[in-house]
Amino acid sequence: MDLKRSIFITIIVAFLYSIVILIGKDTTQPLIILTSMIATTISVATPLTLGALCGTFCERSGVTNIGIEGMMLSAAFFGWLTSIYLNTIYHVTPLPSLLIGVFVAILTGGLLGLLHAWLSVTFKVDQIISGTVINILATGVTGFLNRQLFFEKGSIFGGNVPHAPGTLPIIAIPGLSQIPVFGKVFEQQPIAWTAIILVFVANFVLFRTRWGLRTRAVGEHPRAADTVGINVSFMRYINVIIGGCLAGLGGAYFTLESVPSFEPLMTNGRGFISLAAMIFGNWTPLGAWAAALVFGAAQAFQINLQFFRDLIPPQWAFLQQSYIVGLTPYILTMIILAGLIGRTTSPAADGTPYEK
Amino acid sequence: MDTVLEVKGITKKFPGVLANDHVDFNLRKGEIHALLGENGAGKSTLMNIIYGLTSPDDGEILINGKATHFHSPKDAIACGIGMVHQHFMLVPVFTVAENIMLGSEKLRNGVLDIVQVNKDLKELSTQYGLEIDPTSLVHDLPVGIQQRVEIIKALYRKAEILILDEPTAVLTPQEVEDLFIIIRKLVDQGISVIFITHKLKEVLSIADRITVMRGGKVIATDDPKQTNEQALASQMVGRTVILKVDKTPAKPGDVVLSVKDLHVQDDRKIETVRGVSFEVRKGEILGIAGVQGNGQTELAEAMTGLRHAISGEIRIQDQNVFNHPPRDLVEKGMGHIPEDRQKHGFVMQYPISDNLVLCSYYVSPFCRRGVLQNSAIGTNAENLIKRFDIRTPSPYVPTSKLSGGNQQKVIVARELSRNIKFLVANQPTRGLDVGSIEYIHHEIVQMRDEGIGVVLISAELDEIMALSDRIAVMYHGEIVAILPADKVTREELGLMMAGSLKPEVSTI
Ligand SMILES: Nc1ncnc2c1ncn2[C@@H]1O[C@H](COP(=O)(O)OP(=O)(O)OP(=O)(O)O)[C@@H](O)[C@H]1O
Ligand SMILES: [Mg+2]
Repeated sequence: MDLKRSIFITIIVAFLYSIVILIGKDTTQPLIILTSMIATTISVATPLTLGALCGTFCERSGVTNIGIEGMMLSAAFFGWLTSIYLNTIYHVTPLPSLLIGVFVAILTGGLLGLLHAWLSVTFKVDQIISGTVINILATGVTGFLNRQLFFEKGSIFGGNVPHAPGTLPIIAIPGLSQIPVFGKVFEQQPIAWTAIILVFVANFVLFRTRWGLRTRAVGEHPRAADTVGINVSFMRYINVIIGGCLAGLGGAYFTLESVPSFEPLMTNGRGFISLAAMIFGNWTPLGAWAAALVFGAAQAFQINLQFFRDLIPPQWAFLQQSYIVGLTPYILTMIILAGLIGRTTSPAADGTPYEK
Repeated sequence: MDTVLEVKGITKKFPGVLANDHVDFNLRKGEIHALLGENGAGKSTLMNIIYGLTSPDDGEILINGKATHFHSPKDAIACGIGMVHQHFMLVPVFTVAENIMLGSEKLRNGVLDIVQVNKDLKELSTQYGLEIDPTSLVHDLPVGIQQRVEIIKALYRKAEILILDEPTAVLTPQEVEDLFIIIRKLVDQGISVIFITHKLKEVLSIADRITVMRGGKVIATDDPKQTNEQALASQMVGRTVILKVDKTPAKPGDVVLSVKDLHVQDDRKIETVRGVSFEVRKGEILGIAGVQGNGQTELAEAMTGLRHAISGEIRIQDQNVFNHPPRDLVEKGMGHIPEDRQKHGFVMQYPISDNLVLCSYYVSPFCRRGVLQNSAIGTNAENLIKRFDIRTPSPYVPTSKLSGGNQQKVIVARELSRNIKFLVANQPTRGLDVGSIEYIHHEIVQMRDEGIGVVLISAELDEIMALSDRIAVMYHGEIVAILPADKVTREELGLMMAGSLKPEVSTI
C-alpha cells in the first residue's frame, strides 16, 4: 500500500467519523459515538473483506471473478435455508443450526467457484460471461426458491416464514472488551473475527508459502509456470474454489450474522464493491482489508446517522434524506475505480485462459 | 563417449503441418551439439517434445539408454533436462530468487526458505562463474542477464542436459562472447548442451557436432572441422545459398528523407537521441551501426511516428513530417520493418491475409465503398506467401501460429510489396534462417536499385557491412561518423561503436 492511498484512506475515514461525531455531540458523548462507529465499521466491512479476499485468490491465479455478488447471494440464501430447516423441521437447537448453516454457505460458495473454474478454465468461456452467468443464476434461483418455499400455499413452510434461529452470538475478547466504553469494539460476531484472521492467513499463504508463489506465477506468466512443471489448470481450479468458499462465508454474514432473515437481492452490490476493494488494495489481502474498512466506514456513517436521525440539528437536515448518505460507498467505488487515487496493476495474465 | 539423450522416430503433426517427421537425434555426454535449420523446420517443436511440453504423436525418448515417457516438464526436469526457451520463461515481477526456485521451492516449516535459496545461488554462481543478484526484479534486468537467470534456473534443478533455443538472437556481440565462455565452462563440468541458432559462424566456432533439419526431417549430422558455412547453408535450405550480397555501386538521386538535429526521450524520460542529423537519398542504403541501447530504438520510433520527439526536423522530400502520425507517414511513402515484430509489426490473432493488408486495407482494391473485398485480400495473400516463401498451411491461419522466422517474413512481405519511397528497416532479419536472409537482402538491394531510400538499423555488423552504401555509427545517442561503406573496416567500425575511436574523416 503506497503513501498516496494510505493518506486517502485516513482522510476519508477521519472525515466520515468527524461528521457523525459533530452531529451527535450535543446529545451523546463523542467517545460513545466513536466507539459505535468503529464497531459498526468492523462489522459491516466483514462481507467486503471476505469478498475482496475471494477476488484476490481468483485473480492472483489469473481468473477474473465478477461473480462474487452471486456467490454471496446464493450462500446467504442456502445457509439461511439450512439453518431454518434444521431449526424448525428437525428441532435442532439454534447454535448448531446456525453453524451448519455457515458450513452450507461456504459449501455453496465453493460449488459456485467450481462452476466458475469449470466454465473459465476447462471450457475457456469468457470469464466476464462466466461471472455474469453466476450472478444471473444466483438472482433467479434464490428469488424463485424464496417465493416457492415461503410464500406459496402448500409449500414446506406453509406460506409463512418461520422464525429463524436468530443470529450468531457475540464473542467478546476477554480483557479488551472490559475496557470502559471503548471495549464494545471488541465485541463482534464470529464471522467478523474469522474474516480478520483470514486476512492475515491469506497474506501469509500468498507471500510466504509455496502455494502462494505458484499461485502468483500462474497469474502472471502461466507458460513460465508450466515450463517448470506447475499444473496451471489445477492451481486455477483450487484457487477459484478457495475464493468461492471465502465469498460463501461472506454470504453467511448477511443472513446468519447480520440479520436473521433473507430478502431477494439483499447483497445489494456488495460483491462488486469487494472487487473495488481488491483493486484498491492492489490485489493484496492487507490492502484489500484496508480498502474494505473504508467502504465499511462509509456504510457505518450511513447507519450511525440514522441512529442519530431525530437529533440532527436543522443545518444538517439535508443529511436526513438518507439516500444521499446511502450513495457514499458507491461514489467512493467510482472514485477508486476511475483510478483517481493512483493506478494499481493487475496480475499480467488476469482474465486470459491458458492455451498450451 | 556415453550417449545421454537419444530420440528415435519422433513424429509430431499440427493441423496442416508435419512439424517433426521421424526425427532421430542423439546427444553425447559433455558435448555441444548444434541444431540448425530453416524457419519452421521443427527445431523448437523437437525441443519442446524432449522437454515434455508437447507430446509427440509417435517415437521414443531414451535418457541414458532408458526409455522414458514425459507427461509434463516436471518429468523431464526430474530426468535432468533443462531448457532455455526462445522466448524467456521468467515472471517479470518476481525476483531472481523467486523465479529460480519456482516449481522446486525450498521450505522450512512450510515457509519459503529464501535464505537457503540465496545461499544455494551463491554456490552455483561461484561454481560456474555466473554472477547474479538474487534480490533484483527480473523486469529490471537486461536480456543478457535474464538469460543468465534462465541458465541458473536449469542448473539449480541439477540439469545435466541443457537445451538453448536460439540463445544468441537477442544478444549483443559482447553478450554472445560471455555466453560462449559460460557454455564452455558448463561443458567442462560434464553438462551436455543442445544449441539452436541460425548463425553459421557461431555454430562452427562452438559446436562439437552439428545436426541440420529441414521440413521436419533430420538431413545430416556433420563434424564442424569437415564442413563450412557454405555447405551448412546449402544443407539447411536444400539449394545453394549465396552468403555474400551481390550488389552494384549505388546511384544516389535526390534526398528523400532528411533528419535534422533530432532529440528524443525514452520511456524513462532520458534523452537517448541527442541531436541526430542525416540524409538518405533515393537509391542508397544508409546503415546505422551501433551497440544496442545507444538510441537506435528511439530514433527509429521517432522517424516512423511511433514516438513523440522533443525537437528537431524530419522531412520526406520537401514536406515537414515532424511528429506526424504513422498513417500520414505511410501515405507519404514510408515503409517500416519494426524491431519488435510481435508488438509493432502485426496483430497476433489476425489471419496472415489480414496482416498483409494492415497498411492498405482501406483503399482500393482491398476496400470498395467501405466494404472489405475478401477475394482481393485473399489473392494478395496467396501471391505474397508464394513470393516471400512464408511457410504456412493456409493464408487464413492466425499469425501467432507461425514459427518466429515466418512471422518476420509476413511483415517484410507487406512492407516491401507496397509502393514506398523509403524504408526504415530495424533488425529486418532477426531470427531468420540463411535462406530467408539471402532473399530479404536481395529484395532490399533491389528496392534500392529501383530508387528507394533505405535506412537499415542492425546490431549485426555483418549485415551492416554487406548491405550499406554509407554507414552512420551511433554512440550514446549521437551519430559520431557517417562514412562510405568501402572506406571502413570491420575493426574500425567495432571501435567506433564502442566509443574508443574518434574518426578523423567524417563525410556527411
Ligand atoms: N502450436 C502450434 N500450432 C500449429 N502449428 C504449429 C504450432 N507450433 C508450431 N507449429 C508449426 O510447426 C512448424 C515447426 O515450428 P517450429 O517452431 O518448431 O520451427 P523452428 O524450427 O523452431 O523455426 P524458427 O527458427 O523460426 O523458430 C511450423 O510450420 C509452425 O508453423
Ligand atoms: Mg524456434
